[in-house]
Amino acid sequence: MSLILDAVITGILTGGVYALMASGLTLVFGVMDIINIAQGALVILGAYLSFVLQQQFHLDLFLGLVITLPAMFILGVIIYVLFIRPLKHDRTMLSILVTFAIALIIEGVLTIVFHTNTRQIQSPYVTQSFQIGDFYLSYIYVFGFLLSAVLLGALYLLLYRTKFGQGLRASMQNRTAAELIGINVDRVSAYTFGIGVALAAAGGMAFGATTAFVPGSHYDLISRLLAIIVFAGMGSLGGALIAAEAMLIVENVTAVVWSPVWSSTVFFVLLVAILILRPQGLLGKLEGRKQ
Amino acid sequence: MDVFGRSNLLLRRSLGVIVLLCVTLIIVTACGIGGTTTAKNTGPIKIGISLSLSGDFAADGQAFQQGYQLWADKVNASGGLLGRQVTLDIVNDASSDTQVVTNYQKLITIDKCDLLFGPFSTKLTKPAAAIANRYGFALVEGAGGGPSVFTQGLNNVFDVSLPVANNLVSFTQLILSLPANERPQTAAYATQDDPFTQPQIDLAKQVLEQAGIKTVSYTVYPAETTDFTPIAQKLLSAKGDVVVLGTLLQDFTAFATAFKQQHYNPKAIVATAGPDQGDAFLKAIGGATSAEGIMVPNGWYAQQTTPGNQEMVQAFLKKYGGDISAISSDVPEGYSVGQVVQQAVTKVGSLDQAKLIQVLHNNTFTSVQGPVKFDNTGQNTAIQAFLFQWQGGKLLPVYPASSDPNFKTPEYPRPNWP
Repeated sequence: MSLILDAVITGILTGGVYALMASGLTLVFGVMDIINIAQGALVILGAYLSFVLQQQFHLDLFLGLVITLPAMFILGVIIYVLFIRPLKHDRTMLSILVTFAIALIIEGVLTIVFHTNTRQIQSPYVTQSFQIGDFYLSYIYVFGFLLSAVLLGALYLLLYRTKFGQGLRASMQNRTAAELIGINVDRVSAYTFGIGVALAAAGGMAFGATTAFVPGSHYDLISRLLAIIVFAGMGSLGGALIAAEAMLIVENVTAVVWSPVWSSTVFFVLLVAILILRPQGLLGKLEGRKQ
Repeated sequence: MDVFGRSNLLLRRSLGVIVLLCVTLIIVTACGIGGTTTAKNTGPIKIGISLSLSGDFAADGQAFQQGYQLWADKVNASGGLLGRQVTLDIVNDASSDTQVVTNYQKLITIDKCDLLFGPFSTKLTKPAAAIANRYGFALVEGAGGGPSVFTQGLNNVFDVSLPVANNLVSFTQLILSLPANERPQTAAYATQDDPFTQPQIDLAKQVLEQAGIKTVSYTVYPAETTDFTPIAQKLLSAKGDVVVLGTLLQDFTAFATAFKQQHYNPKAIVATAGPDQGDAFLKAIGGATSAEGIMVPNGWYAQQTTPGNQEMVQAFLKKYGGDISAISSDVPEGYSVGQVVQQAVTKVGSLDQAKLIQVLHNNTFTSVQGPVKFDNTGQNTAIQAFLFQWQGGKLLPVYPASSDPNFKTPEYPRPNWP
């Protein structure tokens, strides 16, 4: 019983980090109909940036985000301007190819710079833990979860309490109508892509502190992130949080009760069942995003 | 009538196209095979290799590349092979067992390589050996030691390294050699579902169970696992006296971190791979104090006095820098492949693949890892397995006991995490 409880607790905590990584993906899809296959690679890039700041400059992991978040935001805007904005026709399909190419470029650059050796971000609170009953909870999982909660909360406020958020949500609902009422959809899209990539930086820090990584780690990661946002309903931020938590809890409990071999299978059976009942995903809207 | 006439015309055209394709295929195949086995050439000898330079096995693939390259440099500096320089034609398979098939087909039929060296891992060697066999090539390799490579009924695959299933035998012997009051009572196991790791864990588990050491946890997990937390939790809750892991570096690091977080201190930790990665391992795990006492089986150590070993070690330090702990055990495995092929080709006196396969089956060779003698299936039966342990920031041989001054006394139980 204690084992299941442990699995649920760590599932909730790591689920928060996955929600953070997936939020950028679902946000970008919501506004632009872009499936950003490079999100996994950008998360790994974020992990490497945090790794460098910690190793070379002995900067605290969370303090390092003051540098990595704006840097990755700018990178996101550049990627949008150079690669995404030129896509005028068949955006969704072409974006898959373009962003996959971006993922390969990022992986290639990381391989050249850092080689393919396995890295893990080291920090005192990565290995330190505190006791709850007979179970030790690592600080990094708690801090990672809190970081996710703060950033997702900030994102919520940005979306629902600011003028930019109104413009962004208007662009999500109807791009053409948003343009007609004077919203600069192109600028909103660029900033949204930047925010999505910045969220990958934060997710990358938490991911890199809890998991060992190599430049090629993004392949397994992106498949999980895509499963989360399909489960959630493409474009739904709240859904992404619920779906990430569901994925990690279901997988963790299956792994400890049954076997890790069946973890993904059980989650995907759940995913298929949800999609049969709600083809638009948990919180997705069927007709809400017609252009 | 017209319809039938058109059908006949279509049929004749189709037959014509099929015949043309068949003739082309026969000519291309004949040229491909003939070109690789009988061509008289005075240019460089081209050696085709598919390596995992990206993806899951990237760290090992790149270390293997270093081993192959060091051997090629040495051969070329001493006059080449059969008087010809050697060049390595290395293509990346991204750790994919489908890409490796495409790569070897390309290396044989398009690049017209004269010889083939193996890829990294059992998983990739299996399909690579089948392709090499189809074209009549010998595939000498150093990292495809899983049992499934040798049960395909092929006579063209030769593994110069330690047969994988026996890798952990030295560890089980060490455990069973302990006095009864020190011997562990329980063991916990976790392994990837990989043909390299799982057979080793299963054999170690069987041996230890027969000796009365109770299995308190046994978990198999998919190789593509990203989140290792629940698997680590199972190991933690089982609280085995010793932990036996079927890992590579990435998953080993995850388990070690989880053990540290949870203050879990097994008396012994051994892994199929990961701790053998020199500096990369130390960096990933967080330094020498965290590495202290961790064990890994292997067939090679830097101070070994095997033929060519010191020369290879010096060449590595000169070319890649660092100290001897930077040398991954993949490097000597790759280097040994080159050494064995060099001896066999010199014995044959040509690049005739059929004769090469025959010579490889019937002779004993030397390598930096020790003697090489292949059985009928291609496994090296002459090589000795050692158990290594991290002590004071160095990976040192500890078992079986030897008069070699490099051998140290095993630390058991291992110290607690820092």
